[in-house]
Amino acid sequence: MNAVLLWLVLATSVVAMVMVVVHLVRDETAGDPTFAALAVAEVLLLVQAVVGSVALAGTDREISGVTFASYLWSIVLVLPIGAFWSLAERTRAGTAVLLVALLTVVALQVRLQTLWTAGA
Amino acid sequence: MRELSSGPGRVLVAVYAVFAVAATGRSLVQLGTQADRAPLAYSLSLLAALVYLAATSCLLVGGRRGWWAALVAVLVEAAGVLVVGTLSYVATDLFPDRTVWSHFGQGYGFLPLVLPVAGLAWLRRTAPGRASAGAASR
Repeated sequence: MNAVLLWLVLATSVVAMVMVVVHLVRDETAGDPTFAALAVAEVLLLVQAVVGSVALAGTDREISGVTFASYLWSIVLVLPIGAFWSLAERTRAGTAVLLVALLTVVALQVRLQTLWTAGA
Repeated sequence: MRELSSGPGRVLVAVYAVFAVAATGRSLVQLGTQADRAPLAYSLSLLAALVYLAATSCLLVGGRRGWWAALVAVLVEAAGVLVVGTLSYVATDLFPDRTVWSHFGQGYGFLPLVLPVAGLAWLRRTAPGRASAGAASR
């Protein structure tokens, strides 16, 4: 697993989270900069899914391949679905959905790393 | 009567959906790869998954029937997390492996314990009988 990618994903997610929290506090809907940050995170997650799958195929670690791969590819779905669900209601609650999606990404990311290192 | 999946309900649906997917994935992997290791724990994982799926769908469907079905799902969920949470401390031999509801959802930041409370609070606010009161106060 690529540690640089892991940290990039976490850093981007945290930046996006801060932006979302600012929106929540000011009671405004998320604008283009926030969705741009989400898009960056999504691209990183897609790269991670590909890199991670390649790493999984070539590793000798004792990793449950099914679980690891399902985490790897489930993460990719979280932000698009979250953004879609958020945009359906342009209110504070809709913005809060973005926070839920980002927290989910971070939780899955941590879990992914645990799965990888546990097999070392 | 307010839409079950709008406002705070929208956030609730998002969190329930995450748990539905997480619990379904977990129980399917557990039952598919090592079913005989902890049949009770893994069956409860599957039950948790079904309850989360039911709660998510009921909130999405909405309406009077959706509200009642959601209430049943959330009550089963509350009972499940309390019973399994207690048993996982008291009768450790029953749970050789963890489930979503073990130790009151410790592995999931205790969210499984908070979620039914949030669910019940939301259902209370959207209760069919309170429709007129809600409209009057707005």
